Amino acid sequence: MTWDQMQQLMWPATWETLGMVGIATLATLAVGLPLGLLLVLTDKGGLLQNPAVARVLGVVVNVGRSVPFVILIVALIPFTRWVTGTSLGWQAASVPLAVGAIPFFARLVETSVREVEPGLVEALQAMGASTATIVRKTLLPEALPALIASLTTTVIALIGYSAMAGTVGGGGLGNLAITYGYQRFETGFMWVIVAELVIIVTALQLLGDLTARRLSHRGEHAGPLALLRTATAKPGARDQDPVSSH
Amino acid sequence: MITTKGLTKVYRSRGREVTALHGVDLHVREGEVFGVVGTSGAGKSTLIRCVNLLERPTSGTVTVDGVELTALPGDEQRAGRELREARRRIGMVFQHFNLLASRTVQQNVELPLEIIGLDRTQRRRKAAELLDLVGLADKARSYPSQLSGGQKQRVGIARALAGDPKVLLSDEATSALDPETTRSVLKLLRDLNRQLGLTVLLITHEMDVIKTVCDSAALMRGGRVVESGALTDLLADNSSRLARDLFPLGDFASGHPGRTVLEITFQGDTPAQPFVSQLARTYQIDINILGAAVETIAGRMVGRMRVELPGAHADNVVPIGYLREQGLQVDVLDFDANGAAA
Ligand SMILES: Nc1ncnc2c1ncn2[C@@H]1O[C@H](COP(=O)(O)OP(=O)(O)OP(=O)(O)O)[C@@H](O)[C@H]1O
Ligand SMILES: [Mg+2]
Repeated sequence: MTWDQMQQLMWPATWETLGMVGIATLATLAVGLPLGLLLVLTDKGGLLQNPAVARVLGVVVNVGRSVPFVILIVALIPFTRWVTGTSLGWQAASVPLAVGAIPFFARLVETSVREVEPGLVEALQAMGASTATIVRKTLLPEALPALIASLTTTVIALIGYSAMAGTVGGGGLGNLAITYGYQRFETGFMWVIVAELVIIVTALQLLGDLTARRLSHRGEHAGPLALLRTATAKPGARDQDPVSSH
Repeated sequence: MITTKGLTKVYRSRGREVTALHGVDLHVREGEVFGVVGTSGAGKSTLIRCVNLLERPTSGTVTVDGVELTALPGDEQRAGRELREARRRIGMVFQHFNLLASRTVQQNVELPLEIIGLDRTQRRRKAAELLDLVGLADKARSYPSQLSGGQKQRVGIARALAGDPKVLLSDEATSALDPETTRSVLKLLRDLNRQLGLTVLLITHEMDVIKTVCDSAALMRGGRVVESGALTDLLADNSSRLARDLFPLGDFASGHPGRTVLEITFQGDTPAQPFVSQLARTYQIDINILGAAVETIAGRMVGRMRVELPGAHADNVVPIGYLREQGLQVDVLDFDANGAAA
């Protein structure tokens, strides 16, 4: 197999993987973020304390997290068909990916939001802030670095799961690696694909870490990275960036 | 300005009940700095958190600036609109500052203004003014993590003042600070109280804090206010536990029969020095000074002196009368009763 041949196969597969992971990520954010917040808010002592809702949400998330992904793909076929009109292709694969990632991400969001100092919520309450304001102005911004880290973890997990979704008719890099490497014994090609996945995952992790640190003003990350930033910034630019970044 | 009546708070957790407040009546007058002291677990934090209803009292009423907050709708987690509006007029500073790490100093100060709904230009102007007031104009663009404890608390104070509150609540605002920083933060509070006519209710476990900034104080023990009043009144009251803690002269261990021990307290303009020598000269008696201290409390000079006169109490009626005529407060320590000075 020549490099050209490999490339011809790899590009479309890469786009398929990024497509299904991208769509699944957007859906996960849209549903998982509010779900994770609700897990915190409806819990005992939370701003929207509601034991019944808290229990239901907890059960839903736990069930969602314990169903094996392969089973989820199969079980969701009717739902996938209803949403995307088909059960094949990368668009269809993004549905079970999202459904699988939502409870996972929701738990991470929950943990991130719980780490916000209760004192900050209290300070906002003392200022006369409503619950919505407290969420908007304290819980989310203060948890942002942790939320970015959670999102990074989720996206990387999604890339892993996308290989599985791919083998069940979703396409993408994972599928390619299995069809060629495992079924047609093109071991070299398989390793090339694995290398590409490693590069993608590493790049995403790096991007996530950098963003999270960039947004964290807690001072604990004022290590080499901050020094690097100061060293490379134009004179005066550093004074302005905290303002322009908000 | 702040009145609580019969304030009771019972915490229930896992079937156990803790009564943190037993019917507390507190009255803080407009424009004064009122300090609450007491040992750990006395209920001080619970009390101050009940004032802006961060904690819902189990029973009793809280009135701040003429509004009965306890009558406004809402529960512990969700305050109703009226209560939220009332809270905007009550500033609060915290022991651990509670500044948002994700916001700059200026943005932290702007936060209450965002909640009130001021526009950007107004917010900026107000925040700049406040930071100037607390002496941190040059730190507007720093993040809280880049500030010292004292600076953080100044930001906390600026933020608490953003909504032009009439009342400032402070729960151990200086407990996380070193003595010198404590002094400067207390001075700031005192200045704000004077300049803005701000009523301040502060919690502390340090008598020094009361001495430096308060006009009035209350002593809490076991969820009750056991003593309260203006410091000058408390100091004039020989039975005041608070006054004794504020102004200790050491223990009065024992006296000799046939001698009289007096505790003389003088305030303000009463001449501090000459009365001892005058007394000695006028009545030709030897005065033994056992202890003395002079302090500035609530902005007034207060002195207390413990002296011993020869002769029993009955022999000293005339000299004691003379001292009282001079406007001094004189208490005769009766060493027959055990531990009279305690
Ligand atoms: N949320 C709570 N749940 C149960 N009990 C509580 C709660 N908060 C306070 N208490 C109890 O109420 C009592 C008074 O507590 P509070 O925090 O008001 O004391 P404090 O005077 O502020 O003490 P410190 O000087 O240590 O801050 C204590 O016995 C405490 O254990
Ligand atoms: Mg306390």
